Amino acid sequence: MTTPGIEAFIAVNRFGLGARPGELGEAAGDPRGWLKSQLAGPAPLPAALAGLPTSETVARELRKPKGAGPAGRRPPAFDLERSADPTAGATQQQPALVQRLAQEGRDLYKKEAAARSFAQVQSQDPLRERLVAFWSNHFTVSIQRPIVIGLAGPFEREAIRPHVTGRFLDMLLAVTRHPAMLLYLDNARSTGPDSRVGQRRNLGLNENLARELLELHTLGVDGGYTQADVTSFAKILTGWSIAGPREADFGAFQFRRAMHEPGEKILLGERFEEGDEQEGLDALTMLARHPSTARHIARQFAQHFIADDPPPTALARFEGVFRDTDGDLGALAEAAIDAPEAWADPLAKVKSPNELVVSTMRAIGLEGDDEAKAKGVLGALKGLGQLPFDAPSPAGWPDKAEAWIGASGVLERADFAAAVAARVGGRIAPDQLIADTIAPVVRKSLTHAVARAASAQDAFALVLASPEFQRR
Amino acid sequence: MLTRRRLLVLGAAGFAYVGGIRLALASAPTDNRVVVVVLRGAMDGLAAVPPYGDKDYASQRGNLAFDEPGKTDGCLDLDGHFGLNPALAPLMPLWQSGELAVLHAAATPYRARSHFDGQDMLETGGAAHALADGWLNRAIGEMPDDGRSLALSVGPSVPLILRGSAEVGSWSPEQVLPAASQDLLDRLADLYRDDPLFSKALADGLQAQQVSDEVMGASGGAVKSLKRADYLPAAAKGVGELLADPRGPRVAVLEAFGWDTHQGQGLMTGRLPTALKSLADSLAALKQSMQPVWARTTVVVATEFGRTVAPNGTNGTDHGTGTAAFVLGGNVEGKRVIADWPGLSSDRLYQGRDLAPTTDLRMVFKAVCQRPLGLDEMTVENKIFPDSRAAPAMSDLLRA
Repeated sequence: MTTPGIEAFIAVNRFGLGARPGELGEAAGDPRGWLKSQLAGPAPLPAALAGLPTSETVARELRKPKGAGPAGRRPPAFDLERSADPTAGATQQQPALVQRLAQEGRDLYKKEAAARSFAQVQSQDPLRERLVAFWSNHFTVSIQRPIVIGLAGPFEREAIRPHVTGRFLDMLLAVTRHPAMLLYLDNARSTGPDSRVGQRRNLGLNENLARELLELHTLGVDGGYTQADVTSFAKILTGWSIAGPREADFGAFQFRRAMHEPGEKILLGERFEEGDEQEGLDALTMLARHPSTARHIARQFAQHFIADDPPPTALARFEGVFRDTDGDLGALAEAAIDAPEAWADPLAKVKSPNELVVSTMRAIGLEGDDEAKAKGVLGALKGLGQLPFDAPSPAGWPDKAEAWIGASGVLERADFAAAVAARVGGRIAPDQLIADTIAPVVRKSLTHAVARAASAQDAFALVLASPEFQRR
Repeated sequence: MLTRRRLLVLGAAGFAYVGGIRLALASAPTDNRVVVVVLRGAMDGLAAVPPYGDKDYASQRGNLAFDEPGKTDGCLDLDGHFGLNPALAPLMPLWQSGELAVLHAAATPYRARSHFDGQDMLETGGAAHALADGWLNRAIGEMPDDGRSLALSVGPSVPLILRGSAEVGSWSPEQVLPAASQDLLDRLADLYRDDPLFSKALADGLQAQQVSDEVMGASGGAVKSLKRADYLPAAAKGVGELLADPRGPRVAVLEAFGWDTHQGQGLMTGRLPTALKSLADSLAALKQSMQPVWARTTVVVATEFGRTVAPNGTNGTDHGTGTAAFVLGGNVEGKRVIADWPGLSSDRLYQGRDLAPTTDLRMVFKAVCQRPLGLDEMTVENKIFPDSRAAPAMSDLLRA
């Protein structure tokens, strides 16, 4: 077996999720091949995610009336659509529903968040899991809007995961049609002012989804669109909604013609004839193939896989691959693996809190997913400020070191290292931990500090808190 | 024995409705106190400070329009033309005592409608992504260094407005994980020597820890967990206590989230009144805890831009331009609404949809830099807010 070198370190950290014991050795012979093999072939759902509900199950369960109501009256079922904002007037007469959403949604969320973390900790295809997290963050759905608290996990499984090595357009369509996104960015109720519903009721446009699709998901903020484009796109997307509680597929995507703004629309200078749902499909297709989208995605991808400020050479190459392959995300991932810039500096990126916690659990070879372990992992993620599916805004979590390494962030990381060392520091020798994780990049200052540490536990904490372990 | 971060253990309950907040404190060699409250998500200025006297207000705002003061669904009165959202009632005593000034139809020079670029300009003071550091950090960096170095903040990162080369610390609202030992931290300081990012952050953190121990003492009010709605008022109270202490910091930044009311904004009840009430309670708590230094205090409350004049189709409002801002404190020449009011008739709206911006928010920020922070005009023009000559400091807003 080849002695793991710097390229093995980069493969398992920059591209993977941190080494599990033995993984550096597996990657050592052919680091690029080891990564590319993870992209090939079918990708079964990770065991940790088996048995979690689909978004339609979540909706159906919440729709069932619970408990015994007053005689002759059914207790109210959860109304996903009307409750699009639980503090809004419509549901203020239904406090029981809001309470139910909070309780049941919270339980669902905890299960999802823990399962997602365990999938990352236990993955044999860590590059694939990293891509899931990357694209999930690109298309953020955050439980900061309580309405999606039970849907954020299903969203990632249904709209992101199947497409991480597929086509960008397919992911974009799946994301935009997913009930979680339609609720999170308010499109489910957006109504054309001249539509049948708009004429009859006091409803109209909501441009939130249209704007973030342009700004965050496709073209980028400097991608060359105007307010008129945002408004037009919002009109195009009217009717992209979800089935209501009295309809067959409650909670599923539904195009509602009665809410769709009729007539021709102009988006980015392109004319869209009246075409119901097809308008949105055509518009998203155009956006997926727009040069600005290629540029925007290339930058984000390079920022994630190369450096906070990625070199222009890599940007140009990624942009070209995205454009020339019609947004083949597998090809884009291969381009990142093949980019010499990604193999230049093994410690260029700082791990996010999520990456730090997951790589630490991988380093100690954490197995199992019982409740105590779930509590520990989620507690750490909360303590470090990055719970799953809880990004502060639709822009997602930041992907730059300066956002994470502040005075208190660095202290919290030390707290975390000390806490892990207190639990397992006696079980794994510090030298073993180094050999399993950061041996190819370890500096003398760390090996000296480890040798001088007062206890094995202290030495263990030093390794986990070292720049070699905190970076990727 | 470490007491770090016991002073303000504020829980961000993950499931409540009002957005969470973070906070950061910076050291500054002055006896004056400055607090900037950044409202992230674009606060609806027309809802916070309704221009009920404008002839077009009721028709343009539709079901989001308040009635006149005294009537059902009426706003509070400020000056016969402008009113105050009833949820902001806790601010009325400040108005009455002349300690609250309101700016209206105000905005930064940013004219597109991206939250993220809008906040970038609000906090860096320059065009989006043109400047890497925050204007408040640059201002602190220009102040004479008297050796005092105080630095605390809440959350894992420092908000952009305070980011930069001047020393700024932060602390975390919750001590979820037990604190690492001083010995480990000392060894880490050694280990981080070759990593500038980590070594600076750790140095700031250790200093912050020392300050918070000194200021709040070992018994600093520890709260295990708070609902998200209680978070901002409690944080403001704690910040006020730190600022009021002579050994404490001089400058603090609070962040409040939850203003992006595309849906279910509400008039008397709903998302926005809930957020406004939390803000008003927090500002009242801040004043209460800062009583000893309140006469020397300036608080600026600002957001990245406003929201559409007309309600959107889902009982909310979309991203707009001109909005309201608040300046309060014992240092403020208050009891006035400062506005070059553009009117709300359709032909006066910015791009036919937004309150037209007529007052540059940088005029307020520059006044803060010159008066309480004591920087000279040239420094402010050249280093803090470059290319802002058209927006001179609002000279009569603050006393010192």
